[in-house]
Amino acid sequence: MSGTVHLPVGQEAIEAKGWMGAHKYLILRRLAQLTFLGLFLLGPWFGIWWVKGNLTGSLTFETLPLTDPFVLLQGMFAQHWPEMTALIGALIVGGVYAIIGGRVYCSWVCPINPITDGAHWVHDKLGMQKGWQPKRTTRYWILGTVLLVSAATGTIAWEVINPISMLHRGLIFGIGSAWTFVLVVFVFDVFVSRRGWCGHICPVGAFYGLLGQKALLRVSAVNRAACDDCMDCFAVCPEMHVISPALRGKTADTPLILSPDCTNCGRCIDVCAVDVFKFSHRFDTASAPGRVARSKPLSKSGASRAA
Amino acid sequence: MPANVTTSSPVNRRRFLQDTARVTAGCAVAGSFLAYLSLDARALPAQAIRPPGALDEDKFLAACIRCGLCVRDCPYDTLKLAELGVDGPATGTPYFTARDVPCEMCEDIPCVVACPTGALDPSLTNIDDADMGLAVLIDQERCLNALGLRCDVCYRVCPVIDEAITLERRHNERSGHHAIFMPVVHSDACTGCGKCEKSCVLPGESAIKVLPRRIAMAEAADHYKLGWEDRDPLVDELIDLPDRLPGPGTDNLAAPGGYINGTEALPDPSMEGGFTPSFSLPDTGSVGQ
Repeated sequence: MSGTVHLPVGQEAIEAKGWMGAHKYLILRRLAQLTFLGLFLLGPWFGIWWVKGNLTGSLTFETLPLTDPFVLLQGMFAQHWPEMTALIGALIVGGVYAIIGGRVYCSWVCPINPITDGAHWVHDKLGMQKGWQPKRTTRYWILGTVLLVSAATGTIAWEVINPISMLHRGLIFGIGSAWTFVLVVFVFDVFVSRRGWCGHICPVGAFYGLLGQKALLRVSAVNRAACDDCMDCFAVCPEMHVISPALRGKTADTPLILSPDCTNCGRCIDVCAVDVFKFSHRFDTASAPGRVARSKPLSKSGASRAA
Repeated sequence: MPANVTTSSPVNRRRFLQDTARVTAGCAVAGSFLAYLSLDARALPAQAIRPPGALDEDKFLAACIRCGLCVRDCPYDTLKLAELGVDGPATGTPYFTARDVPCEMCEDIPCVVACPTGALDPSLTNIDDADMGLAVLIDQERCLNALGLRCDVCYRVCPVIDEAITLERRHNERSGHHAIFMPVVHSDACTGCGKCEKSCVLPGESAIKVLPRRIAMAEAADHYKLGWEDRDPLVDELIDLPDRLPGPGTDNLAAPGGYINGTEALPDPSMEGGFTPSFSLPDTGSVGQ
């Protein structure tokens, strides 16, 4: 049975496209994450103050204000109406993510993403069970709870915990014991819940997901007819439920991954040996014939697996 | 409709109620924990001073997004962002410790200008109106001026000299003939910059410390009438009480120029007369010791 001949995830893609081709978006993503972090570190490390502040609020080239809209929203629930600078900053950030893609923040900017990706790698190496998998609505309930607690306590509640700002601010301004929050997230993802933090808990991701519901950037399973059921895309996808509707859709169904949970990380594009996926936009109407129903894997695919 | 049948079946209804209960309970537990942490974060240590213009602590944590832009624009590296487990204030919020680096009271108040949210109130445009805290001469046993020496350093460094801190001359009871120049802080002028606390020459802790006003100041006793400020009488007309003159039952017959029956009892023979009481004491008819 072909089921017993498991090649490591992505092996076929490496053979077909070369290592760089099979890790293109992963590398680009790491570069983006490093760039965004590096811009903030230029000041404190090298005295080049292009960007001041951190991810919750910053000032670039002394003119461009940027503010985390979720933090500002909590502040408004806590009954503080912010000054215009912060409002403009939040509108810019919110607008950009609403247009480009909400959870692009999660996979291309957020400094916790490499941590949880690393945790998933360890989780896989250890052969851990997937563990506790809360419902997909959990993060929205947490999001609501955070806003309620902000209103009830008159504080920006999530910032008491938020491992993103704990890490990001910590790297820039001094971390104290805040690294423990990062460690907790790592341990949680390795031992308690596969893809647990970013996939089920984090209300920041939930917020950006809601923000980007109508965003332009989408992954499309445009070449889904070529899918050979190797399942590698499901194995690398941090939100694997988003793939099925597009990949397994009938000819009449859109091949676009429209779920707000998709982080546009592009790993499915990397890891697919037959190039089923590509980056596209939500108004892409290119026809994509559905996958031909088959009961067992193609012999061609079986041969390549055996190779 | 089959869909309707399934959604209204008892099993699904029970499932729905169970799920709802679980989600509600989960959110309540997580929310309570988060609320506890948020409220706990308000416990600002007395010696952590917020930047100029900072809103009251209960409003500050709703407004401050912990971006650190005030820290970056502070030219004297006074401000720091609190680190978890190292510093007392809520993690990531700006503060300073006056004994380490006080506020230099920049005229353009760059920290307030940098704040994007208004957690540092932009209506503060004159740094002399800042209210970061109130200096208190907290150790009056070891303060050198209180001991009668002329240290005067806190007074000399005060940016609002002779208004926020004055030296009040008092009698030195120890020597009996020297003066004590006591540093006295005036709450209407003190900005809480902490330069006095920084410069106190005592080793270790300072004798004068900036404290939050909520700790350093009492509430005025509005139920007392301060007659020297408000000269209107409490009652419309004065009550005419009977005048009291020296006489029986009082202890001051000897003065002034007190009359005593018999000159040998006069304390000083040169004292003449005085006046004669209009009545005499019942028993002896004489008054004396």
